[in-house]
This record gives sequence, structure tokens and C-alpha cells, in this order.
Amino acid sequence: MSMVEVQPSTPAGMTMTPPPRKRVLPGWAIFALGIVAVVGVLATTSYLTGEPALTSSSTMQNTVTLGLPILLCGLGGIWAERSGMINIGLEGMMILGTWGAAWAGVLGLGPWGSVLFGAIFGALGGALHAIATVSFGVNHIVSGVAINLLGAGVAKYLSTLIFAPLSDNPRDSPPIERFDTFSAPGLADWLGELEREQRAVVSDVAGLLRGLVTRVSPMLIIAILLVFATYWVLWHTRFGLRLRSCGENPIAAESLGVNVYWHKYVAVIASGALAGIGGAALVLGSSPSIYSEGQTANRGFIGLAAMIFGNWRPGGTLAGAGLFGYADGLRLSSGPETVHSLLYAAVIVAGLLVIWQLFRRKWTTALLAAVGAVAVYVLYFATDELPSEFLPYTPHIITLVVLALAAQRLRPPAADGVPYRRGEGD
Amino acid sequence: MTTRLRSSLLAPVLAVLFAAVLCAIALIASGANPAEALGAMIGQVGEGQVAVDIVNSTAIYMLAALAAAIGFQMNLLNIGIEGQYRVGALVAAIVGGALVLPPVLHWLVIIVVAAIAGAAWATLPAILKVTRGVHEVLSTIMMNAIAFGLAAFLIRRDQFGILLGNNVSTAPIAESGQVPGIDLGSKGTIFGLVFLAVVAAAVYGVVMNRTRFGFELKASGLSPTAAAAGGVNAKKMIVVSLLVSGAIAGLVGMPEILGRDHAYTLNFASGYGFAGIGIALLGRNHPVGIAFGALLWAFLEKAKGALDNVGVPREIATIMQGAIVLSVVVAYEIVKRMELAAEQRRVGQATGTAVEPEGAAKS
Repeated sequence: MSMVEVQPSTPAGMTMTPPPRKRVLPGWAIFALGIVAVVGVLATTSYLTGEPALTSSSTMQNTVTLGLPILLCGLGGIWAERSGMINIGLEGMMILGTWGAAWAGVLGLGPWGSVLFGAIFGALGGALHAIATVSFGVNHIVSGVAINLLGAGVAKYLSTLIFAPLSDNPRDSPPIERFDTFSAPGLADWLGELEREQRAVVSDVAGLLRGLVTRVSPMLIIAILLVFATYWVLWHTRFGLRLRSCGENPIAAESLGVNVYWHKYVAVIASGALAGIGGAALVLGSSPSIYSEGQTANRGFIGLAAMIFGNWRPGGTLAGAGLFGYADGLRLSSGPETVHSLLYAAVIVAGLLVIWQLFRRKWTTALLAAVGAVAVYVLYFATDELPSEFLPYTPHIITLVVLALAAQRLRPPAADGVPYRRGEGD
Repeated sequence: MTTRLRSSLLAPVLAVLFAAVLCAIALIASGANPAEALGAMIGQVGEGQVAVDIVNSTAIYMLAALAAAIGFQMNLLNIGIEGQYRVGALVAAIVGGALVLPPVLHWLVIIVVAAIAGAAWATLPAILKVTRGVHEVLSTIMMNAIAFGLAAFLIRRDQFGILLGNNVSTAPIAESGQVPGIDLGSKGTIFGLVFLAVVAAAVYGVVMNRTRFGFELKASGLSPTAAAAGGVNAKKMIVVSLLVSGAIAGLVGMPEILGRDHAYTLNFASGYGFAGIGIALLGRNHPVGIAFGALLWAFLEKAKGALDNVGVPREIATIMQGAIVLSVVVAYEIVKRMELAAEQRRVGQATGTAVEPEGAAKS
């Protein structure tokens, strides 16, 4: 069972795998084009609605801070699911990571210690998931749900036991040491001047870039390195090829002498460690940087959603995490009116979709997109602001829309979530 | 029969024991005495209203677990019970507060509205699953989160919320809509709708074992291809079972709302949905098993307050619950493998071809 299934009515044995679509452009070029398109849409919206906060540097900084935990969880999801293991326990592993990170801080190990302890505690959760699912063949989702319960319980218990005497509050840890941030000196000031001039497009780009180069935390560097590392290990090493073969067809992998259990174990433990680092990023990124109960707020699930948004690939997951982090960050750095103007951005996106679909002569899809664009435009005009209660759930709504629209174009690993036991293939 | 009973009881008992041992180790490691902690929890049952609270919670957990079990019967994982019961309770409280009807009719209307609202919240995942192939786990997780947003929005004071004392809630339900309970004086009041859970469990048992729908549901779960070959419409079964699951989930909030709160308040309880999933696994989707699982869960939840008196953080109860779920599913797998191996041995001896059981040789 995979997270996004093919149509249930199609008998599994009869589906022919379509030949891989020839990519006209290399991946990095598509990525770059995507960034240009996104910045273009945001700059246009910002210009037309007069909402500079859409592209301000503080929005961008919040995007980075809030997107990092999601990104790291998403990377964790890639590791697990590429080896065929659904990991819905990312949330619980992330909670363990937040506790571990805070504990390292309390022990005086500094921010690097926090990252390490976050990884270790997350990996412990991953190891538990691996024992249950790989060795005992438990349903992956059931085990994940149990680990979410367990992770929350263990963190609460330990926090009452260890943090409560220090912070007088069983739900919080005392503040811990954070990373020293650094800014690119000349560049940031110059971009700041550009941003203040409020010129169309130029100021928008400057604002977004400035958010990226001022008060940079080493956490961002770690996360970006981990994106590249994930890509390189999974797609450019022998180990990665074997790991992915366990997710596509474990029986074939077994027949070629791949130790499927071992690869699955490594993948799920790495997945937990990444989720744990995500938890550490959450602790170090919040201000004051403390562990607090309920801090993860379902970010593990959002990370999973970012992974699906990114079609089980690191670059796409980065884009998804950016999108969800942006939706969250915008809420923090500005008011409901600004988020309201995102509706306008949605209209532009839908309009572009109409043109693209007309170009491809897909008349029905184009019509649907046009109807959607008009509906959102009407909503934009009829309301002044979105109810602020819904703002935290923007990522969830986007995820549902993306799943509804693109579920059939996404391609999860073929044996994702399928139970495997050595020697039982036919 | 005895072997069947033994094999179905073996796993949960093993799991609970294992989880207890795990917690005992955690307690000893943190410098507490497990026996003392257990004694304090059992002693707590006799105190104040705890016994009645346990009965009431058992009913609520049973409803949540039945909702989960219907999905499990056909391998659908309805993670969305959490959101469905919240929406069901909220909509039912709003409708119930706005209506004036004769007593019994008023309850019935509120309960039906709750079920419909719960089912409605499950509709989108069901449609997405059969038309777009979106996995129900993902869509229901998203719907859970959105349900929180919806609840926060609808209870705003410019929507349906009113200020009662220090608490924002929906308009209170008139007395005609309040279900009377069994008043035990200082011991508390048993919710009248405890019987709703019992009825729901009985209906569930009959439908699963005695009707065509139950047969088709279980068949689709055990072997989708065989069910399809037997003429079961897979898509219809998915939609129907998700909606029924959502409808029962909608009822989860009813005992508290009609029996105690008489309105949806800001501090409406959360977490019943995930508990229900755990209990359904523990009770192996069997109504009686679910009842016992719910009782155990309610005991842990309500008696954990006593742990503070003996110097143990009460969160150990949450660890215990998580550990039980994880060890029960592992125990089921182990028992299943042992049975498979025993079966293969028996067949091997009977046919004279002593096949080396594959499941037992390699683990």
C-alpha cells in the first residue's frame, strides 16, 4: 500500500509501467525556472495588491525558520519511503528530537550537541519503527501511529522528570544555547537599501534574497547539505541504488543478493535521525529556544506532505517545504490581509495553468482551471481578510488540493508500504 | 473453540504484560517503585468520582474504537476520527442549541445530526480515494487539522460562540435535549448515552457477523481481488465504510455534550480518535475485545492522577498506552507466524510430506 495509490479499480497485475517521460530540461533547470516563476507571481501580486510583506525579508526569514523542520522531516520521509517503508511516525520521532535537543542544551553541550542529540533521539524512534515493521512485519501505518503516541508520551514523561525542576514548568525546558547567526556584511546592507526603495520586482527580489543572507543560522547550511547528501547518496551511490531497489521491488533486490532487511533498517533509522534533526531545528529556531509540549504541531505530517508534493525527490521536497514554510511564515510576519492577497496569487497561478493547458490542448482541464480561477477571484473580491483561524491550516488545504489534482502524476516507490519477508517471494 | 479463544487472547495479554514490564523498567530507572505506582492507581478507582469517570470514558473510547474498527475490517485506515468527532460534536451542539423539540425527539435529532456531520467530514477523503486515488491516511490527517481550524472559527463570538463565564462555548442545549444520566450521588453521574456505546457495539457485532454488508466488508478487507470477483463493488464499499466510520466517529462527543457539558466548549476533549485506533487494534476489531480495551484505556487515563501522589510523573500512563499498542500489533504478528508454522507442521504430518515450515525456519 502506497500513500498515493493508482486507481483502486485497476488490477495490480495488469498495469503496465509507462516508459519514463523524456525530460526536456535537466532537473536543476526546472528548479531554477520554478523559482523564477514563483518569485514572478509573488512580485506581481505584491505590486498589484500593495502588500510589500509578501516579499519582505522578514517573511523570507520566517519561511526559512519554519520551513527547515518541515524540510528535514520530508527528507526523513524520502529515506524511509524510498526503501519501501511508510513512516507516519515522523511526528513522534520529531517530538523525541525536540526533547533530545533541549536536553543536550540543558547538559551544556551547545547547539551542535543539540543537533546531535536530536538526531540520536529521532534515530531511536526510527529504530523502534524498524524493529516493528521490518523484523515483525507490523503494518507500517499502525506502527507509525503507535510511535506518535509513544514519542509524545516519552517526551512528556522525561520533560516532567528532568525539565520541570529546572524551569518550574513540566511542559517547557529552560532556554538553551542557540547557534550564532551571521550575515553576509556588504551584500545584506545593499539588498536592504534596494528593498526599502520599493521598486517593482527589484525590491521584491532584494527582499527575498536579503531574508536568505541575513542572520543565517548554521542550521540552514546543515539542512541544505543534507538535501544534497540525500540526493547524492540515494541516487549516485551503489548503496542508494540498492536502498531504492528495496523500495521498488524487494524480491528482485533479494534475488540479486541485496540484504533487504539491512537496507530497510538503515533507511528507517536515518529517517528517524533526520526527523530528530528537524526537531532540533524547531527547538533552536523558536524564540526563546526551548522545548515545549505540543511544539511540533503536526509538522511531521506536513513534512510527509512536502515529500509527496515533491514526488518523493529531494528537490521537490525542498520546494514543498519552502511553500509550506512560506504559508506559515507569512502568517507570523504579517496580518490576515496579507494572507488574503495570497488568494490573488492563487488566481494568477490558476490563470497561468489555464494558458498552459490551452497550449497543450487539454480543454477540460483548462476549463476546470478557469472555473477555479474565477471562483477564487470572486472569493478574493467578496472578502477583506481570511478568517485567521484557518491560516495555520493553509499547508493542509494546499496539500489536499495538490493531492486531488496531481495524485495520478505522482509516482511513489512501487513497493511502498508492502510487507516484505525474506524468502517469501514467488 | 478453545484453541481459537486461546490464540485470540494470547496476543493482547502478552502485549499488556510486555508493556507493563516496559513501564516497570522505566519506573525503576527513574527511581520509583512500580508496585507502589500500580497500587496507587488501583486504589484511586475507589476515590471520589473516578469509578464513574472510568465507565463514562469507556463508553466514549468504545465509540471511537468501533469507528476505527469498521475501517480496519476492510483495510481502510481512518485516521480522521479525531476530526470527524470534533466536527460532529460541534455541528450537533450548534443545531441542538438552536432547536426546541420534545425531549426524546430532541436527543435523536442531535445524535443524527452528529452522525451526519461526522460522515460529511469523511466524505471528501472517500471521494478523493475512489476518484483520484488519494490514500485515505493522508487526506484524513489533513482533514483532522482543518477540523481544528473550522472548530476555532465556528466557535468565534461573531459566529456561533457565546461567552459563558470565562469560557467561550456554543449556545447551551435546552433541557429537552439533555440526556439524563444515572445519578450516584457523590460518586458522580453515569452518562445516559453510555448505553449508546453498548447498542453501537451490539449492532456492530451483528452487522459484521450476520449481514451481507458485514460479509462484503470483511471479504474486501481480507482479499480485495476475491471480493471483486465475487461481485463486490470495491469503490462503493470504500465510500460506504468510510462514511459509516465517520458517522460513528461523529457520535464520540455525544455522551459528554448531551450528558455533562450541554454545549461545545473551547476545552472540548481531544485525542479520542487516536485512542480509538489503539483500542480497536487491542480489541482486534471484536466488540467484546474493544469493550475490554476501552476499559483498560479508561482506567489508565483516569487513575493516572494518583501517580503524582507517589512521586511518579503521570505521563507514564501515556507511555503505557503507546507501548500497549505497539506491543499488541507485534504480538499479533508473532502469534500469527506461530500459528502458521503449527498449521504447516500439522498439514505436513497429515499428508506425510514433512515440509519444513517456511515461516518458522526464518525469522
